[in-house]
Amino acid sequence: MRPPKLADRLLAWFCAPHLREDVLGDLHERFSLRTAREGVRNARRRYWRDVLAYVRPEFIRRQKQTEIPLFPYTETYSKPANTTMIRNYLKIAWRTLLKHKGYSFINIFGLATGMAVAMLIGLWLYDELSYNKSFANYDRVVQAMQHQTSNGKTGTQIAIPVPLEDELRNKYGSSFKHMAMATWQGSRILTYGDKKITRPGNFMGADMPEILSLPMIKGSRDGLKDNNSVLLSASTAKSLFGETNPMGKIIRLDNKSDVKVTGIYKDFPHNSDFRELTFIAPWKLYVSTQTWVKKAYDERQWGNNSFQLYAQLADNVQLEAVNARIKNVKLDNVDPEDRKYKAEIFMYPMSRWHLYNDWEEGVNTGGYIQYVRLFAIVGIFVLLLACINFMNLSTARSEKRAKEVGIRKAVGSVRSQLISQFFSESFLIVGIAFVGAVNLVLLFLPWFNEVAGKEMDFPWTKALFWLLSLGFIIITGLLAGSYPALYLSSFQPVKVLKGTFRVGRFAAVPRKVLVVVQFTVSVTLIIGTVIVYRQIQHSKNRPLGYNNDGVVMIQMMSQEFYGKYDLLKTQLLNAGLITDMAESSSPLTQVWSNNGGFSWPGKKPGVDGEFNTIWVTHDFGKTIGWQFKEGRDFSRQFSTDTSAMVINEAAVKFMGLTGSPVGKVVTWGSSQYRIVGVIKDMLMESPYTPVYQTVYMMNYENVNWMILKLNPAKSPTESLAGIESTFKKLIPSAPFDYKFADDEFGKKFTSEERIGKLAGGFAVLAILISCLGLFGLSSFVAEQRTKEIGVRKVLGASVLNLWGLLSRDFILLVLVAFTIATPVAWYFLDDWLLQYEYRTDLSWWIFVLSGLGALLLTLLTVSFQSIKAALINPVKSLKSE
Amino acid sequence: MRRSDLGEFEEVVLLTVAALSPGAYSVAIAEELEQETGRPVSTGAVHAALQRLEQKGYLRSEMGEATAERGGRRKRFFTVTALGGRVLNEVHDVRTRLWDRIVPTIRLEWR
Repeated sequence: MRPPKLADRLLAWFCAPHLREDVLGDLHERFSLRTAREGVRNARRRYWRDVLAYVRPEFIRRQKQTEIPLFPYTETYSKPANTTMIRNYLKIAWRTLLKHKGYSFINIFGLATGMAVAMLIGLWLYDELSYNKSFANYDRVVQAMQHQTSNGKTGTQIAIPVPLEDELRNKYGSSFKHMAMATWQGSRILTYGDKKITRPGNFMGADMPEILSLPMIKGSRDGLKDNNSVLLSASTAKSLFGETNPMGKIIRLDNKSDVKVTGIYKDFPHNSDFRELTFIAPWKLYVSTQTWVKKAYDERQWGNNSFQLYAQLADNVQLEAVNARIKNVKLDNVDPEDRKYKAEIFMYPMSRWHLYNDWEEGVNTGGYIQYVRLFAIVGIFVLLLACINFMNLSTARSEKRAKEVGIRKAVGSVRSQLISQFFSESFLIVGIAFVGAVNLVLLFLPWFNEVAGKEMDFPWTKALFWLLSLGFIIITGLLAGSYPALYLSSFQPVKVLKGTFRVGRFAAVPRKVLVVVQFTVSVTLIIGTVIVYRQIQHSKNRPLGYNNDGVVMIQMMSQEFYGKYDLLKTQLLNAGLITDMAESSSPLTQVWSNNGGFSWPGKKPGVDGEFNTIWVTHDFGKTIGWQFKEGRDFSRQFSTDTSAMVINEAAVKFMGLTGSPVGKVVTWGSSQYRIVGVIKDMLMESPYTPVYQTVYMMNYENVNWMILKLNPAKSPTESLAGIESTFKKLIPSAPFDYKFADDEFGKKFTSEERIGKLAGGFAVLAILISCLGLFGLSSFVAEQRTKEIGVRKVLGASVLNLWGLLSRDFILLVLVAFTIATPVAWYFLDDWLLQYEYRTDLSWWIFVLSGLGALLLTLLTVSFQSIKAALINPVKSLKSE
Repeated sequence: MRRSDLGEFEEVVLLTVAALSPGAYSVAIAEELEQETGRPVSTGAVHAALQRLEQKGYLRSEMGEATAERGGRRKRFFTVTALGGRVLNEVHDVRTRLWDRIVPTIRLEWR
């Protein structure tokens, strides 16, 4: 029978070591006596009480070491705790760090920066990859899309015709759990009492809340079943109603329909495609208020692709099977003359909406995922750079510690102890760097969020993040520590201490390779950044074809805007607020309509007469200053101009007209239009694609936007204030919302600019890290060769000679790196640029300049150390021997 | 005489050591005291008293042999020093003198 272990352990802990033998012996003997007498249970209970009786100062107080006992090991030897040695390693590591503050700083700072960059990119990637994942039915939600072929080109779009829903419900209903039509998300006016706000929202089918698994705060997901109802997001409800309960209140939509608030849902998370869906109104309300939609329903217009359709697949069906079944659902129903478009309907899953939205000839060619991949690669490379630095510096440093290894071995250290010493050292540094990296991320996250257009938080609570970090710490620690740990520990102490130890000629080779890798990555990043910036600049400098200086656009969001054109114009002109004003069916930076069915003399039989169509008023041209190549503008002097047409150069080319286009007659449906003028191409859509063939026609009803040219004599704020008061007077029910045409145009570059900024930032960091590493290495080399330099100086070498001697190696490495980086960068950037039809070219001088830049940076970095070394008085460097 | 030096428990322990000598060590003493007094006596208390007595010079100790029930640990045997013996004698003398003086009356009253 053994006495309770725990009690023994307790005793061993508090009892002074020199009394332990005595005390434990007594206790155990007594325990066995008691066991014999009273049984185990009693003995054990008494044992505890006996142990506790030793809690007295005289047993706890440790013996004072006044004199060294003659045989210390026989009497008072205590086993050292197994942490003692590790504590010693850490102490030595800490001292080494402090002794070489410069290296330690470079090492830790470089690694921390690299880790911070990797973390930021990791956060970004996580955010992108988890896009839309907040929806409960993430893997079942789909959107209807279609491929159509026209003029030999296959285009892919989410716009679908209205009868599709009925057809799918009736014939393929078993494949779908829910289905909901929707129009396009756009800003609309919400009015409650005197409060008017403009919010983006949409009209959607009654099933939509179920499809989106709408997180309801108030009300239920059935809220859209009634025709005159609306669901508001929490933030919309707050700005419209403040603290009062919005449920059951009546609000007015676009000053037209009264709807009752039947539910409040939680705002969608930032990383979802519906993040700007701040209210949902019933689709049926939309149908009943829009005559053209109603008509589309009544006539079952299969050719009018103006709507969206969302659905949730039934639980047991496969997407591929569904797509195979519904492929021809439109083709089987369209008018015979539309069959040539070969419409092909398919369902596109939510998981691919965000990252895979580029289509070419009916095939998905990726999309945003390219950037995700690009940044993943950049992140990995920056991290790699930092690791390389870390390894290079620690291996270079460790050779200096050969003596320490020798002495440690001589006094009895075994190899495994040295290995764990060097490992604990590198883990200490990586650990410190990790803490630094976390702080850097916390510091820069707000800035990064702004640049990247995200709302990300530091993932304190995400296990994945900590796991990855831990993994990284372990891998880096092992990698960086492996060279000194495994190689240095194998030295023979005799050789090291005698001074005959020499590192082999090839010991520096891996280091050189790593430097080349570093600079290859850096140079590639520099070239990449330059090209991205040039592409953006190139597109920004693209001729607009009109003048968007001081041009303001106002969307005509309710019926009240209409019919006030003349009144507004005279009042604003008289007040001197504007110089001109016009109306148009599309804003200047988008084209809202595209129509087929045009024909003209000399039209080739196989060609579809498809154009962007824009309706404008008389003064449109004057307001925006479009430029005529031929013919004239619309004019009030010709009453026949109601059936006149202005076309752009692209249209002339597309139509293949012979001779002057002016005066030719174009037929569209039952109407005939005479071409009166040809304008230079106006850039209204993507700045990266060629301008599409466009026709401009006159119309005062079919318009959606007012376009105002501000009076340049007055400041824009002044003018806008005046315009606002005029609008408030004439159109009191609508909020005054305007957009500057040049701002809107600038937004087309947001995504590219973002990429440019991020890539630029990362390139700078990569270079910084590489240069830090180079700086460390060069100072190490200079230090190693101090004696050599001293001797050379004594023998008559000039500072210039020495500078060349010390810098040459590094310059060579950078040149090698440049040679590798050039084709790599060319390959990737050529590929990237190919996606833009309007693109800059890869000029040779960009490569040369980037190379020269890298070279210059290297020289600067290296020279600092090499010149310093070359200037040292040889007396000093040679004195020690 | 340094009476204040010797606490009551110390006195008993010192006596027991003298009684058990030469085989006096803490377990034996504690067991003995438990038997004599009928109350539990922990080795801790005995050990502490022994330490104090040793410090005062009334006892002397040496390590003895190890036994199996002690887990191979050695015993510490105590013997009374000359000084200790003298102190015990003094205490005994004082007590007997006092007892002699009061014995007859008290004994009657106790009955």
